[in-house]
Amino acid sequence: MDCTGLCEVLTQGGTDPGLAQFLSILIGVVLVVSVPLVTVIFLIWIERKIAARIQDRIGPNRVGPFGLVQTFADLIKLLIKEDITPASADRLLYNAAPILSLAAVALIWAVVPFTPYHFGVDLEIGALYFVAVASLGTLAIMTAGWASNNKYALLGAFRVVALLVSYEIPLVFALLVPVMLAGSMSMFDIVNAQAGMWFVFMAPLAMLLFFISSQAETGRAPFDLIEAESELVAGFNIEYSGMKFGMFFAAEFLHVFTNGVLITVLFLGGWYFPGWQMPLIAFMWLGLKAFIPYFISLWIRNTVPRLRIDQVMRFNWFFLVPLSIVNVLVLAFLVMILKEIGWVPVDETGAMALADATFIELLPMTIVLFISNVLICLPIINRLRRTGSDDRVADEQRAQHAIAHAAGD
Amino acid sequence: MIQFDFSTIAFFVFAVLTLGGALGVVTNRNLFRGTIWLMVSLFGVAGFYVLLSAPFLAAVQVLVYIGAIAILFTFAVMLTRSLTRLNVRYTRLWPSALGAVLLFAMLVIGVIWPVFGGNEMYSLPLSDVVRTTSDLGVALVSGEGYVLPFEVASLLLTGAMIGAIVIARDADEEELEQ
Repeated sequence: MDCTGLCEVLTQGGTDPGLAQFLSILIGVVLVVSVPLVTVIFLIWIERKIAARIQDRIGPNRVGPFGLVQTFADLIKLLIKEDITPASADRLLYNAAPILSLAAVALIWAVVPFTPYHFGVDLEIGALYFVAVASLGTLAIMTAGWASNNKYALLGAFRVVALLVSYEIPLVFALLVPVMLAGSMSMFDIVNAQAGMWFVFMAPLAMLLFFISSQAETGRAPFDLIEAESELVAGFNIEYSGMKFGMFFAAEFLHVFTNGVLITVLFLGGWYFPGWQMPLIAFMWLGLKAFIPYFISLWIRNTVPRLRIDQVMRFNWFFLVPLSIVNVLVLAFLVMILKEIGWVPVDETGAMALADATFIELLPMTIVLFISNVLICLPIINRLRRTGSDDRVADEQRAQHAIAHAAGD
Repeated sequence: MIQFDFSTIAFFVFAVLTLGGALGVVTNRNLFRGTIWLMVSLFGVAGFYVLLSAPFLAAVQVLVYIGAIAILFTFAVMLTRSLTRLNVRYTRLWPSALGAVLLFAMLVIGVIWPVFGGNEMYSLPLSDVVRTTSDLGVALVSGEGYVLPFEVASLLLTGAMIGAIVIARDADEEELEQ
């Protein structure tokens, strides 16, 4: 193990090398976890403001300028509320579930590269790590639903398994696309491979699939079946109160923004932006770009009604899963052909190397891949349109039939 | 002797997680809690993979065993709510218990003895076949690597799947058809 930076300073100060290394890693871990936890306080304010504007309200505006301190007031309220554990609940699991829920999201931030010099850890298997850690969130919600000993909570937990486990499939297939293009599972390499051209231009369809399935993974509208307020009262978190309830919500708010950051890292070029490149500016680019998918996610959440469970399942298994598989196959095939023609920049070993290529070198490859994506989408959009209009005609006929029947009686 | 650096401490933490979780699985009367303990145990095993410089296996361990298989376990347990408060005691399985203890003793002796016996022949070095993920992929399908164990394992899984279908199949179905 190497010992640089803070570790080196501590060692020179007379600390044991092992302890110095441990301390420097510990400080790094605390910092990386603190970033999302502090961010979420302001995210709650932003989300409430945007939701209010969309619904023609003002939103929080009493505590502090523009209601900025409202979240702190809410936090204090949640902290001093009575902490209730239902008498028939499974005490250990009931209390462990909110912690696991927040931890599952915070753990993702370990592999997010903020700038070329600031990141938690550069895992060789970063993308796989993300998928593995994200699956822990499902476990947290299931545990909460079961341990509450409440039928609505259990129903919410049942829906979680159906929803989250099925939407993981298109999510992983969409994740495969940047991994294939970069030739590495490391988040760092994926960002570096986008130095010349962002993957969103090469694989817009993969980004769309990733966005839709990550929206489902967070359990946000139109996929908010987990906590469908009008059907399950609040779903899996019905028995929770005080800060334990707050932790579930912090996890959800944070998960939405985390997905924005991941989309930025995987498809929108991470810290890269044409022109200005400096460490701290790079951090700002990442944040600004992450706000685009984040804002669209909030926009959808506040304008689209909830789908039924069978509609959600049909949409996934008959639409997203086949589409994501076709997308990966077409991309792999085209990249192979383009490599034979010589339109893909390669290194001396013959492997694909996008990291050192310039914008102009990548342009022909990007155009071909973009057109392939459009060609995949066209028949699908046409099919969707036809299915929609057929459904509508059938509905109208049924309604007319019912009216005629009623008049006949 | 054992040096007490941080990887040793990590080893003992993961050992406690793995063995404690396993103990929780077999001693718990509540099946849901049992599956949660199983996940703790599997998580400890993932930690061992990290300590053995196999992060890919660790991630797959968490993804497949905790994220998929154990979640299906909990789902099945939740559907059978009466199984969460087990009162049945199995007291007539002494031969099986004896067999399990004997097997455990053999494994302990077989694994621990060479390590403490100081026999250099058994202190195997870490495999130099697998360095990166692509090396792992090549090792699994190349004739010089582990293609035979890989195929045998897949055959075993197919057999298990067919067996599960045969067991789960309703016997009344065929009778109804006749």
